[in-house]
Amino acid sequence: MKLILRINGATRQVEVDGDTPLLWVLREELGLLGTKFGCGAAFCGACTVLMGDVPVRSCSLPVSALGDGVVTTIEGIAGREAMAVQRAWIAGDVPQCGYCQSGQIMGAIALLKANKRPTDRDIDQAMSGNLCRCATYVRIREAIHAAARDLEGPR
Amino acid sequence: MIVRLLIPVAALTLVATAMAQQPDQARSIALFREAGKVLQSPRCLNCHPVGERPTQTDRMTPHVPFIVRGADGHGPAGLPCNACHHVANYAESGVPGHPKWHLGPASMAWAGKSLGEICQQIKDPARNGGLDMPALLKHMAEDSLVGWAWAPSGKRTPAPGTQAEFGATMRAWADTGAFCPPD
Repeated sequence: MKLILRINGATRQVEVDGDTPLLWVLREELGLLGTKFGCGAAFCGACTVLMGDVPVRSCSLPVSALGDGVVTTIEGIAGREAMAVQRAWIAGDVPQCGYCQSGQIMGAIALLKANKRPTDRDIDQAMSGNLCRCATYVRIREAIHAAARDLEGPR
Repeated sequence: MIVRLLIPVAALTLVATAMAQQPDQARSIALFREAGKVLQSPRCLNCHPVGERPTQTDRMTPHVPFIVRGADGHGPAGLPCNACHHVANYAESGVPGHPKWHLGPASMAWAGKSLGEICQQIKDPARNGGLDMPALLKHMAEDSLVGWAWAPSGKRTPAPGTQAEFGATMRAWADTGAFCPPD
């Protein structure tokens, strides 16, 4: 089926089976390889993208269910939260192997959009669905705190 | 003589009338026990957990990934249920879905509770979300998220019977006085 998708501020047309996971449309049809395949069952969070401000596991979303949804992938992130997260991730040297990091970053941005000053508990609860086999969880948590402080600073 | 005969007859008539109006407690409890086969199925209990965490599968194991109820039963800020559970079951990933996917309120925690306790919760508007009996029966019989329990997809065992049968059983329970099992 032909679908018109709104991805990263652009309108894209694809012709795929409507039951195809959004993840594979992003990667295989649109060449947006920043969004990773991890488990294919919404367990790990590697495939997280934003739909509006909601973090969505793109492996568990059939592309036909997108409708008018506005999707942002790691390639298209912008705005205050995204920039604060980017700065904090670099300053904290957060990634190790990096494979899960696009999902982690999308999750962090979504959290900061929903909660401007998350506690450790808030972070652990919101980020619990993003697994990191290198166990960079402590650095991720610190970077989210740093991004939150950054967002509170002079604008 | 006639008067002496009529008095006992009148008394019996009054008693019979009163008995007819008396709700059938045993039948009501039996009906709730039947409905309880649905209420205590994993399809219902997994999202009516005691505590903050839902369970999953027929074995009712803790939800993976780790997830908590959040302020309104839709997950914590930054990780709502609909991050993974979309508008419909999705065979490709095995993730179940429904447009209203969320947990039952903490005041309606059923997992580990006796059928009597669940019954008391269900008919208490202070705990059931403010539903009076007609609204409660409508919710049970018609709510499409309740109905998901009979179409869960994958290896999940559906709740027993059908939603229509469940709704009819709950209505019969209400019509017989909505008595709760003692245990």
